[in-house]
Amino acid sequence: MSRTALYRFTNTVLLPVATFCVFVGGWEAIVRLAGISKIVLPPPSDIALAFWNGLLAGDFSWHLAVTMYEILAGFVVGALSGLLLGFLVALVPLAERIFYPYIVAFQTVPKVAIAPIIVIWFGYGVTSKIVITATIAFFPLLANTIMGLRATPHDQIEMLVSYTASRWQVFRMVRLKQALPYIFVGLDVAIVLSVIGAIVGEFVGAKAGLGYLILQKNFNFDMAGTFAILIILSLIGVGLHALISAAQRRIVFWIDTGGERVMGA
Amino acid sequence: MSLTRVLPLPTGLPWRTAATTPAQTRAVAAESRRDGSLVRINGLEKIYATKDGQTIHALKDVNLDIGETEFISIVGPSGCGKTTLLKILAGILSRSTGEVTIHGQALSGPSREIGVVFQAPVLLPWRTVLQNVLVPVEVQKRDRTRFEARARDLLAMAGLAGFENKYPNELSGGMQQRVGICRALVHNPSFLLMDEPFGALDAMTRETMNEELQRIWTESRKTVLLVTHSIPEAVYLADRVVVMTPRPGRIVDVIPVDLPRPRTLAMHNTPEFGRFVARIRAHFNSAGTLDT
Repeated sequence: MSRTALYRFTNTVLLPVATFCVFVGGWEAIVRLAGISKIVLPPPSDIALAFWNGLLAGDFSWHLAVTMYEILAGFVVGALSGLLLGFLVALVPLAERIFYPYIVAFQTVPKVAIAPIIVIWFGYGVTSKIVITATIAFFPLLANTIMGLRATPHDQIEMLVSYTASRWQVFRMVRLKQALPYIFVGLDVAIVLSVIGAIVGEFVGAKAGLGYLILQKNFNFDMAGTFAILIILSLIGVGLHALISAAQRRIVFWIDTGGERVMGA
Repeated sequence: MSLTRVLPLPTGLPWRTAATTPAQTRAVAAESRRDGSLVRINGLEKIYATKDGQTIHALKDVNLDIGETEFISIVGPSGCGKTTLLKILAGILSRSTGEVTIHGQALSGPSREIGVVFQAPVLLPWRTVLQNVLVPVEVQKRDRTRFEARARDLLAMAGLAGFENKYPNELSGGMQQRVGICRALVHNPSFLLMDEPFGALDAMTRETMNEELQRIWTESRKTVLLVTHSIPEAVYLADRVVVMTPRPGRIVDVIPVDLPRPRTLAMHNTPEFGRFVARIRAHFNSAGTLDT
């Protein structure tokens, strides 16, 4: 192994793994040595055991499927509507005058706070969770799409127009391309928020799902089980984020940093 | 004291001291008018309205005829309206009054007969070098396969063979600007507009690019209008140098440059070259805002 490869291996693999071992080992040691109650803070070994047993018994699979469905359906609905309204506002001046003040006003409302209302309106099933998730995923896409479509440098438009490009050609060949990095930042923010949206919806009132399962285990003082579900939720978040990032690197390959980060929620 | 009064000027050319009135300007343009003009600019004016309600006279009574395959350089200090003039010719800026014809046809908006090279290369970072050069072909829906061969030839002529599939960020500034020139030529326009294309390059690269541009112009036989604020660059490349002054932007002199072609960088040091440079610089003695 060359020096630089060794250096990179140390930085990207060895250091994070070492941090993990020290953290988990320290946690285990403190819980056991200080005699902290397992109801307050379960040791990592108990959490791993609960995770493993839950997987073997198939306790998670149904709830996982429900929550994944809520996350993905809510994300698709919210992101698509944000994208479409973003295009409308950025491209049609009349639409901007009609919608923009309300978009700005509504953006400041904490979406989590309206979750109870949505559950009343849409019931305890998956629909209310999809609506909550969609509401939360909507704004990052809306804000980033508007910003991205306005981000095209003027000289690129002038260049195309000087070669007799039409408005449609300018849109297709430059403005859309310039908006893509922003849209991907929006997707990345929205997918992570979608996980939060689905869980919050289940906390408010649900009959299935990982959030519902967390509440159940919490009521039974099954802290190890609660932590095990947190691990699953983290893995979902990391996995979905990785999917978006991979698509981003392929599609927006000319950008190194992924554009400016714009939070929309 | 004006330099022009001290320096002996070549005879047999329409030398005169600065033409300052519009009538004299028109006379200057008319005198150097040739048969077979490609572009005619007649009484062109541009007035901008600023936000606080004032008006800026960016161009005032500009008259110029440009012949087929002629190389025109426009020099002038910042704010003299030379970029405004170029943008009007490119059809991306409206004019207030006056008319412009190309091949006898009135110019209204961008034309397929025109290729523009900008101050910055303005390449699209998601397109390869070849795809960037083919932008005008795509916009104008021309035969892609036929023009791809032409694009490759142009890139080879510009010394960029082997870079067709690279992305712009893998190229140096000088190379990017050469891609920009190839793009302006790919659809075979008869009129090439260049807006300070080498302004961002260092002096050494700039001289090399001047040589390249002369070669490309000689081989492609286009009509070129080059906006620059480097007097030596203007003289080195041009058949005629158009001198503009600001507020309002207008043409004060049109100077034919009869140095033999092909011109060499060594010519910069000849007395003839120096006389042309001094002749032009005399117009800016008071303004003093030009490059060397």
